[in-house]
Amino acid sequence: MKKVLAATVCLLLIAALLLAGCGQKAASTDSNTNSSSSGQSQASSNSGSSSDKSQSGDKVFKIGISQFVEHPALDAARKGFIDGLKEAGFEEGKNVTFEVENAQADFPTTQTIASKFVGEKVDMILAIATPSAQSAANATKDIPILITAVTDPVSAGLARSLEKPETNVTGTTDMNPIKEQLELLKQILPNAKNVGILYNAAEANSKVQVDIAKKAAGELGLTIHEATVANSSEVNQAVQSIAGKVDAIYAPTDNTIASSIGAVVKVCNDAKIPVIAAERGMVDGGALATLGIDYYLLGKQTGKVAARVLKGEKPADIAIEGSKDLKLIINKKSADTLGIKIPEALMSKADEIVEK
Amino acid sequence: MWQTMLLKSIEQGLVFGIMALGVYITFKILNFADLTVDGSFPLGAAVAASLIVGGHSPFTATLSAILAGSLAGYITGILNTSAKISDLLAGILTMTSLYSINLRIMGRPNIPLLNQPTIFSIIQDAAKKIFPGFPVQYMYLILFVVIVLIIKLLLDAFLKTQLGFALRATGDNPQMIRSQGVNTDLTKIIGLSLSNAMISLAGALVAQYQGFADVGMGIGTIIAGLASVIIGDALLGEKSIFISTLGVLFGSFLYRFSISLVLSFRLAQASDLKLLTALVVIVALTAPRFKKSFKGIKISSEKE
Repeated sequence: MKKVLAATVCLLLIAALLLAGCGQKAASTDSNTNSSSSGQSQASSNSGSSSDKSQSGDKVFKIGISQFVEHPALDAARKGFIDGLKEAGFEEGKNVTFEVENAQADFPTTQTIASKFVGEKVDMILAIATPSAQSAANATKDIPILITAVTDPVSAGLARSLEKPETNVTGTTDMNPIKEQLELLKQILPNAKNVGILYNAAEANSKVQVDIAKKAAGELGLTIHEATVANSSEVNQAVQSIAGKVDAIYAPTDNTIASSIGAVVKVCNDAKIPVIAAERGMVDGGALATLGIDYYLLGKQTGKVAARVLKGEKPADIAIEGSKDLKLIINKKSADTLGIKIPEALMSKADEIVEK
Repeated sequence: MWQTMLLKSIEQGLVFGIMALGVYITFKILNFADLTVDGSFPLGAAVAASLIVGGHSPFTATLSAILAGSLAGYITGILNTSAKISDLLAGILTMTSLYSINLRIMGRPNIPLLNQPTIFSIIQDAAKKIFPGFPVQYMYLILFVVIVLIIKLLLDAFLKTQLGFALRATGDNPQMIRSQGVNTDLTKIIGLSLSNAMISLAGALVAQYQGFADVGMGIGTIIAGLASVIIGDALLGEKSIFISTLGVLFGSFLYRFSISLVLSFRLAQASDLKLLTALVVIVALTAPRFKKSFKGIKISSEKE
């Protein structure tokens, strides 16, 4: 009996060591040119960082960061948060310490992390992505929780409303700016009247976006035609079903569409229909353009909000913001393939031109 | 940190242990490879969360989750016995259907329960009234110990009844038990219903414990359940039903604890966790052989 136990423990340790050998923690991935090539100059040196010290005295704030999974977008948001706090006068090693925990996409672990932070009485929790945010909000009603990369904080039960959370939660949402994206579509294709939306009806987030898009389309004088798919193998048929009716296709942040963007673009290119996408990943995959969120800048924005909370504001009164810094990304190769001339004004404004 | 990690591992080990006991019924007792688990676990969460948000009592919601789970098990059983679909495929079919059904029940992929009453919040409020000095941080631990102990002892008792024996025999020697006039199709269906009822109960409790139900909750449930059963079996063996079911709970704790350990030491990335789980199961499965070879080396043989 004891021997079995010993053997098991030994082997477990060996297994763990093996994993340690082959799975050395990937030091957070390079933040794919997030910080360097930001088009806007961050002019935010107005809130004098040195004068803030008097308000917070010599207290060192302890911030627990609970990240749901390691992923370029979420890693970028985390880096942005730390940089945003630094710009606001809260620098690691001086008056703030960070403790970063990652749940590796394991739901129960998000709870372990949240209760650990509560047990250590941290001054603030940054929760990155919805499951981490929900677990943190479940663990404490007093410690301020800053959220980022949460698409819909209200329906996730984190806040009463975006304008006034009335809970201990505030921060930023990564809901994509659908109206601005449809405006971009009109700038590129001034004569467009009919827009197709391609999405998976089983994804609730997509449903939300379609409803928003319909509302925005009315204001912009566009008509929306929906085409739904259940999985990536149906994309081909769905695109062809609306190809004759629409001037352009809008692709929301839908997992099914995102993962089969190659198929979407191929069918659309053959039919000479441009695809305006909700996020940059799809533009890399061949969609024509997006005006999308940059997660590093979103994190930075969250850091600025966090600084206000550390200086004594109540999260309950601070509105949850959408991204203020959108990036215009245009795929030059797709424009050539489609024979579309992107207006010079747009080209010069673009933060990034994709050439593949 | 260590205290929190240990406390959380015990809490999670217990609540997921209910699910593991369900897996024990199908895999160990019935010898039926049931993959309904990955669907019936989030089914419990979906039913409970939807009903709580709809204004029903958390107790009603949890009971409904148990019923929904037993129905899912019943369907897998019918597919296997009446439709003559193999056990693996029957479970996979139910699990696949449940993904859509869970989305239908919830109406969206994620339902928060943050400001909703749960069975835990109700019990906590009651406990605070009765004992003002109630240690809130140990509330889940105390409750889970009580709930899991009741379930474990009930299961132990059930497996010692005539029906329980029929179930065990269905897994061990169906030919023999059929010749005794027992309908093995019926015992299979009963076992599957019972198993998935427990798994859905675990899903309902986990949703109320973590503050939300999510369609993605079920991914990997079967692996966690199997790992718990196998680790328990390797460590405590099958001396009696009482010891076996205790082993499952202990295995569930060890499984959660090893995950916490790996994550807190930054030994692995998310993608490695599945590999680690597989390694743990392989180790647990091969451990008894090491035991035998140790015995071979020993000069004086121990008579068991």
